[in-house]
Amino acid sequence: MAGRVTTVVIGAGHAGLAASHFLSERSIDHVVLERGDVANSWRHERWDSLRLLTPNWQSRLPGLPYDGPDPDGYLSMGEVVGLLDRFASMSRAPVQAGTTVTSVRRSGDGYRVVTNQGSLDARTVVVASGACNLPAVPAFAAAVPKEIEQLTPFDYRDPSTLADGGVLVVGASATGVQLAAEIRRSGRPVTLSVGEHVRLPRTYRGRDVLWWMDASGVWDQRHDEIDDLSRARRLPSPQLVGTPERVTLDLNALSAMGVELVGRWAAVRDGRALFSGGLRNVFALADLKMDRLLATFDQWAGTGTEAGPSERFEPTRVPSSPRLQLDLRGGEIRTVLWATGYRPDYSWLDVPVVDEKGRLRHAGGVVGSPGLYALGLPVLRRRRSTFIHGIEDDAREVIAHLAHHLATSP
Amino acid sequence: MTIDNGVNVQALLDARDVLKGAPEAAQFTWRAQSTWSNGVHSQTRIQNFFGLGAEQTHKSEAVFDADHPEVFAAQDNGITPIEYLLVGLAGCLTAGVASVAQNRGIQLRSVEATVEGNHDIRGILGADSDVRNGFNDVRVTFTIDADASKEEIEALVAQSQKRSAVFDALTNPTDVSVTVA
Repeated sequence: MAGRVTTVVIGAGHAGLAASHFLSERSIDHVVLERGDVANSWRHERWDSLRLLTPNWQSRLPGLPYDGPDPDGYLSMGEVVGLLDRFASMSRAPVQAGTTVTSVRRSGDGYRVVTNQGSLDARTVVVASGACNLPAVPAFAAAVPKEIEQLTPFDYRDPSTLADGGVLVVGASATGVQLAAEIRRSGRPVTLSVGEHVRLPRTYRGRDVLWWMDASGVWDQRHDEIDDLSRARRLPSPQLVGTPERVTLDLNALSAMGVELVGRWAAVRDGRALFSGGLRNVFALADLKMDRLLATFDQWAGTGTEAGPSERFEPTRVPSSPRLQLDLRGGEIRTVLWATGYRPDYSWLDVPVVDEKGRLRHAGGVVGSPGLYALGLPVLRRRRSTFIHGIEDDAREVIAHLAHHLATSP
Repeated sequence: MTIDNGVNVQALLDARDVLKGAPEAAQFTWRAQSTWSNGVHSQTRIQNFFGLGAEQTHKSEAVFDADHPEVFAAQDNGITPIEYLLVGLAGCLTAGVASVAQNRGIQLRSVEATVEGNHDIRGILGADSDVRNGFNDVRVTFTIDADASKEEIEALVAQSQKRSAVFDALTNPTDVSVTVA
């Protein structure tokens, strides 16, 4: 591989493929470089039982609305891969699979893209390599005694591969609560370490809570209208699970299953895990925030929306005396599962556009280096950007900016 | 109507913006200087601290007597050291409530806090090795009169905890080293 192309898209997930869709629509010649296959992360970096948090009717891509039999269901990983494969072939995306980008740097009027298959020069580059390339694990993981097996969601597939015995799940985002529930159901004792989190009921007033986010306009809020954008972009995923029964999987549900809740894991000292005593307040913050959100739904609905009566949910129950420490050498815990979030990997990006926290600096997907763009990051241009169906407007607008750049720069 | 809780929120927001790009200036060191008086009575003085890249001085020196009550067979020349933790917690959370209220445009009329720390002293006496030395738990109850709904007041108190130095210092472990000079 060598030569020139107008645009290189990095990554053939939903974001890269949507970019390709709009580039083709504008007849801009391009190539989509993909380290593995289309939808690679969905194929290889997710646990077996995972389903999308968003209902099927929201799993729509440019020119590809959901037309299946179960609009209120949630896609399994196999179905997500099928959807992206279909989108790639329908839009005839020029995907070059098995091509890992090792460097992007400025060169002439554009960029030199180096891969394991050779180099390309491009006037513009769209970074669509995802927000969840690497699990984020705190530094004190190194102090966890060696006899305990440590896993991240990238390693975990299903409970049968875990050692018998207790599991300490760290983090109470969607990943943490889903894995805590699944592992508890396998019969293992589960302790869940809970920091700041986002509580949501699966359904509200008879409808999927994400229907309310969509319909009420919460997800339309633009990146330049959000008070604390960097916080909005770092927000943990909401405590939701996609199941046919549309069950709510909040901390009360986990407590009822026998999952023990402890505070945020703060440190390891002398082989003991030390947890924050601030558990009550993270519950209070999440409960108050959920109630404020539900109140905005009620206000938006007024009397004109077809939905059941207003609901308020039981506050998160505080354990009578949450444990502040746990002896990691005592044999109670055999496995630690770090559900402490993910981070993007820009180690290959040799353009100074990454901040000190390792995040790409951009304004609505327009990166501060001419001709460089990003798609598929949380709250990229609006709150909806975090989700699959947010990509259509984002990709259209970012590719329009890119086309304007091509037309106006020498 | 102008909201005025006496907190200069704009200065704090400006400082946040400046310090985002200057983490070295955000490094503070708080200092106390203590001298044994007699028995279990000691006196601690605080005047200087380091911050914003330079030595700083309080307007005046503050002096704190720490002792133990007569039921501890002591002279009670001052409050018990562990009670100073309650002073710190109440002061920090109350400051947080006022600041957050100012930032959210909520006028406060009164803020009262009752702080209680439950303490099983068999720990410090060495009477039962299963009992810890410090508090078993701490309870803070706020009574707040303000132009705000109950939910808004609860959110003030929650946000104050979220940004409190002393709440963090009490609820999370801290590496403490004690050496002999």
